Amino acid sequence: MTMDTFWILVIGSLVAASCSLVGCFLVLRRLSMLGDAISHAVLPGIVIAFMLTGSRNIVPMLVGAMAMGMLTAFLTDVLNRFGKLQSDAAMGVTFTWLFAIGVILVSKYTGTVDLDVDCVLYGEIVFAPLDTLTWGDYNLGPRAVWLTGAVSVFNLIFVLLGYKQLKICSFDPALAASIGINVAFWHYLLMGFVSLTTVASFESVGAILVVAMLIVPANTAYLLTDRLSHMLMISVIVGVLSALGGYALAAWVDGAIAGAMAVVSGGLYVLAALASPRHGVLPKFLRQRKQLVAPE
Amino acid sequence: MNGAAPEGLPPWLEFFTFPSANVVYVLAGCVILGISAGLLGCFAFLRKRSLLGDALSHAALPGVCMAFMLTGTKEPLVVLSGAVVSCWMGSLAIEWIVKYTRCKEDSALGMVLSVFFGLGILLLTHIQKSGNAAQSGLDKFLFGQAASLVEKDVYLLGGLGLVLCAIVLVGYKELKIVSFDPDFARGLGLPVRAVEIALATMIVLAVCIGLQAVGVVLMAAMLVTPAAAARYWTDHLGRMLLLAVLFGAISGFIGAYVSYLSARMPTGPWMVVGVTSIFIVSFLVAPRRGALARVVRHRRFRRKTATENILRTLYKFGEAARDWHEPRSLGELLQHRDMPMGFLQRTVRRLEHEGLVSEESGGRFILTRAGIEAAERLTRLHRLWELYLMKKLEIAPDHVHDDAEEIEHILTPELEQRLMDELGDEGLDPHGQQIPAAAQEGQAR
Repeated sequence: MTMDTFWILVIGSLVAASCSLVGCFLVLRRLSMLGDAISHAVLPGIVIAFMLTGSRNIVPMLVGAMAMGMLTAFLTDVLNRFGKLQSDAAMGVTFTWLFAIGVILVSKYTGTVDLDVDCVLYGEIVFAPLDTLTWGDYNLGPRAVWLTGAVSVFNLIFVLLGYKQLKICSFDPALAASIGINVAFWHYLLMGFVSLTTVASFESVGAILVVAMLIVPANTAYLLTDRLSHMLMISVIVGVLSALGGYALAAWVDGAIAGAMAVVSGGLYVLAALASPRHGVLPKFLRQRKQLVAPE
Repeated sequence: MNGAAPEGLPPWLEFFTFPSANVVYVLAGCVILGISAGLLGCFAFLRKRSLLGDALSHAALPGVCMAFMLTGTKEPLVVLSGAVVSCWMGSLAIEWIVKYTRCKEDSALGMVLSVFFGLGILLLTHIQKSGNAAQSGLDKFLFGQAASLVEKDVYLLGGLGLVLCAIVLVGYKELKIVSFDPDFARGLGLPVRAVEIALATMIVLAVCIGLQAVGVVLMAAMLVTPAAAARYWTDHLGRMLLLAVLFGAISGFIGAYVSYLSARMPTGPWMVVGVTSIFIVSFLVAPRRGALARVVRHRRFRRKTATENILRTLYKFGEAARDWHEPRSLGELLQHRDMPMGFLQRTVRRLEHEGLVSEESGGRFILTRAGIEAAERLTRLHRLWELYLMKKLEIAPDHVHDDAEEIEHILTPELEQRLMDELGDEGLDPHGQQIPAAAQEGQAR
């Protein structure tokens, strides 16, 4: 294992961990496709931030992406409530429009924007170790490690501090509202963290494969436990396993690591769907057979 | 520019002379896909599965790559076949997840979308690294590249588009019933399952038609947005289909046109911007369902409510004083009705214009005869409703007033008659106040 390999695995694991944490709440609140929408819609935010600052400085890009992610959630809400448009269509109209604007901006400024249009969809994690951060004379290691590491910590703090509110808002929004929790505030805050996570993962795995990391580990965990705290932990573990397994698969097939990570996470999901002790298809089938046989 | 017109027309006009075969192919391809997507998107929309197109368009990518790996060629039919198979597998996977696991439909869509796409990316990058010279251009399926459309592509897309339109025309009745009420359709003996499979297949084909021009990511927009825009204009499915097809075709034209004018403008995103612009206009200005129409209706209702409330307040003053000819000032009205002074002034001015109120000296107002009659009817509705709530719904007398305050504005003459029939000749409301008699008796006064 070379140092590059080590850094790739670290970055992949951090991306998976940060996505898994916020992804659990998206899944529980049936907002999986909103995660998809946000991961597409952050593109214009990133491009506009770049155009305004003229550099790939991370803070403006994060701010731009968070603003665009929240705008996506807000516009979807407006179309749904005020425009009387069903929520799935409202989401579809909003994010494709924002994404199209992002692609147009990238195309228009090709040559001046340091963004390869293909990287929008699939980042190349292999190159991440080469982009290092320096502080004076010290090489602090790949920039992506610090970025995704910081976001992982932020997400962890967010989940720990907001655990009670997030839990109640996820399982019973009406109860949350009745006991004084500001449901809209926590909704948009979650959207902000999803956007933050998306843009931090952007360069490593691309906008769309973030969706895989956001919701596949969470759904896998959802099949393996009925407790939220366990779901969060299992989700992170599944995410990290997907990152490690994805690296191995990519090496074997000689393809993109991000794509392989998504495929491995899908494989883990299928395993859980089939074999989970309580919610798996096979155990259910066996239990039903046993019940059918018993009367005889 | 090849074959430029002799007069050297400016580019924005030159487009319409079809200066090259490529322009024709791009335009035709974009319009065809707009039509197909608009048509099938309506059914996905009505079944609240707008995002299914998004999931399937992403799920098509591994099929495209597998087809290339198996055949070594990018023949349109080969690519299309791979995409269709892949979409179908994605569709079945979504259905399986929803049916056999506790995961919900939105999660199933998101998982299939991202895992299939991840597989597609893995295969795509594998192909690129294999050094196979024929693979160049496969990545155009990510964002679409209408400029690469050739005659063969357009004929294939056109043929498929025609087939889809024909099927919708022939099976319109079945598609309509199954989309709106599957259980009713089942009761009629229609083969609901078969219709649903046919519909899913057609959506898959519509998605695959658009992949080359628009790409896997934005194809979702072409399925969702024309239908959503059309929905604002009509409640009839037939007209909705026609409008969605028109909007899809227009956006196809816009995409081809803009990308012709500027070499660096991609077609797909401009198609999406075009159709979303149509959507925004529809959202704002469509009669009945548009935002502006609803704002206007809301303001009109607010004015009506304010007008009627002032009439009733003046009536109660007169009733209490047993004198219909004593004028009241705006200040007195404000003590009974909470509204801004400016709004009150405009309301009273409107009443005066309608002949229900007249101004006496010193800015004080009095009900005219017509005003008394109108106010009398409103008061009767208010008190009848209060009585109805108390006697029929057994609501306590002190709880009935606020509800009646709202209902009186929307009770129709038919409801009024039914209330009177129901309640007989009761003379007093729950608060012991006289219920004014009906208009024909009132005239005798």
